[in-house]
Amino acid sequence: MSRIAACFERCRGAGRKVLIPYITAGDPDPAVTVPLMHAMVKAGADIIELGVPFSDPMAEGPVIQKAMERALAHAVTLDDVLEMVRRFRQGDPDTPVVLMGYLNPVEIKGYADFAHSAAAAGVDGVLLVDMPPEEADDLLVELRKHELDMIFLVAPTTGTERIKSITAAGSGFIYYVSLKGVTGAGHLDIEGVKKRVTGIHELTALPVGVGFGIKDADSASAIASVADAVVVGSALVKRVEANAPSAEAINQAVSSLLAEMRQAMDAA
Amino acid sequence: MEQVKKQTEDYNQPDARGHFGPYGGLFVAETLMGPLKELREAYEHYFQDKTFLDELDSELQHYVGRPSPLYYARRWSETLGGARIYLKREDLNHTGAHKVNNTVGQALLAKRMGKTRIIAETGAGQHGVASATVAARLGLECVVYMGEEDIQRQAMNVYRMKLLGASVVPVTSGSRTLKDALNEAMRDWVTNVDNTFYIIGTVAGPHPYPAMVRDFQAVIGREAREQILQYEGRLPDALIACVGGGSNAIGLFYPFIGDASVKLYGVEAAGYGLDTDHHAAPLCAGKPGVLHGNRTYLMEDSHGQIIPTHSISAGLDYPGVGPEHAWLKDSGRASYVAINDDEALQGFHDLTRIEGILPALESSHALAYATKLAPTMGKDEIIIVNLSGRGDKDIHTVADHEGITL
Repeated sequence: MSRIAACFERCRGAGRKVLIPYITAGDPDPAVTVPLMHAMVKAGADIIELGVPFSDPMAEGPVIQKAMERALAHAVTLDDVLEMVRRFRQGDPDTPVVLMGYLNPVEIKGYADFAHSAAAAGVDGVLLVDMPPEEADDLLVELRKHELDMIFLVAPTTGTERIKSITAAGSGFIYYVSLKGVTGAGHLDIEGVKKRVTGIHELTALPVGVGFGIKDADSASAIASVADAVVVGSALVKRVEANAPSAEAINQAVSSLLAEMRQAMDAA
Repeated sequence: MEQVKKQTEDYNQPDARGHFGPYGGLFVAETLMGPLKELREAYEHYFQDKTFLDELDSELQHYVGRPSPLYYARRWSETLGGARIYLKREDLNHTGAHKVNNTVGQALLAKRMGKTRIIAETGAGQHGVASATVAARLGLECVVYMGEEDIQRQAMNVYRMKLLGASVVPVTSGSRTLKDALNEAMRDWVTNVDNTFYIIGTVAGPHPYPAMVRDFQAVIGREAREQILQYEGRLPDALIACVGGGSNAIGLFYPFIGDASVKLYGVEAAGYGLDTDHHAAPLCAGKPGVLHGNRTYLMEDSHGQIIPTHSISAGLDYPGVGPEHAWLKDSGRASYVAINDDEALQGFHDLTRIEGILPALESSHALAYATKLAPTMGKDEIIIVNLSGRGDKDIHTVADHEGITL
């Protein structure tokens, strides 16, 4: 069983909803990332989503765009991100790590090299925003050789037949995008999300995480009541930006928001 | 020749999923997969629909001013002392470039699909102006995304768009140029998919855009083929067109792909030179990758980050290229060459002084390559150059370059 599947199973057994914070690797500088990952686990994170910086992040709102620009100002590469995961793993053998990013850096590295290196570094899953299942056959072959999960998105615009093919290709969990828009946007429609997540559950045994637009303890708790996992990104990245360059202040600000979310999710 | 024949006889690209060999495809966020399917179905349906095609033809004739002339540049040809050069006069279209062929088509499609709002990205502003123009013509709301850098460089086109009723949104992310405008337009589309139609200005982007934009621009090549057969009684020996994203080039090339005797030359922007880091020639000096929804040749570093480009011509200043060009390059059917800023400027001046035609700096790259190719060919041979746009928009750039303040 993959670390991701084990994590969901463990949490389900404990009656706990999975909390998945996102940060961009190397933001605001590379030294911040690994200690911040450990701090997030302490504050209640179950899985960590680590953003791989890309020059043209088409699905991101302004907050994460700027985070990627800050990381790229330090020339953070995919190999650097894998090295961060390797160092994180030395202190944390259990918490699953999902890389989230765009296809081109992976394409340039080569699928086989990427899958091998990612697994060796201790990565558990990969989510590539601009890689739909239709184009993913060759990459999936390589990822499966190393038991890496490929996490696909389901959107408000995704029809039932497509959900079936997405859940057949993906593993780990399904990431439901709560709204039409970019990361960090808009207002959540909890009832709408609930309906969609229920619909996805009818089609697959995979757990469903929900992301985009979760800003605070209230929205995290509301989403936790209708989904298996809560993904929070822009709200944390904003705190990284606001507290840069102090690593200590960043750890504290990010941890306190995550702890509030954790508490609200557990109390619900 | 046998090899070329083989490549062209059964040319039937792209496949059902938008692949031109290994290129093209559909690499977008999940939210856009549904809307792109809807667009593909509409495109496939209306390209078989006589009423739609008749309306398109009528708009192209009466609004755009087609057919555009195929002009024999006698004096220029004689100066060069080789092949006879014909110019396909896309500069004479309404709004002054080939871009409008595509925006008219996509806007008609948008109307048929019940979309009330159109968005577009623009670099030099030509596609933005062409989009704002058809939006005004059809009574559609129009939002144009344009890099902050480009807004400063192209103040006149920005004002033209505003006069036409469009909102021009400055893009401040990334390198603040065309590629970032495209990112921002995609972000708008993902947010407003229900009522919004995204008019991409070139043969790049996710399927079906590369095929659809090609099909709208192919009117250039269809006309040119008919015109040259009428004037000369035979096919040309070579076609030359500039390639940024590549829509005017594909528009000219496509109806000739099956004619094995016709050589196809795409001209990229070498900027300060291919041996510098300051150019925009992914086919000549880049490598394959994935950006803006398709796999194609890109300007990228060894870690897969897109790198800044440079060309004196804003319309060629783009790090990618349409996937069909990537395929035509690999298959050997078309050749891709590069012309630097200085050579393009020389082409600009030559045509202006010798033929009295002020070409766009983009098109000047194609003209500059013709000045190299024509002398190597016989006087009985024929070249068609796509004069994709007029140069009025560029006079400030040319004057600046020559140290003249207007």
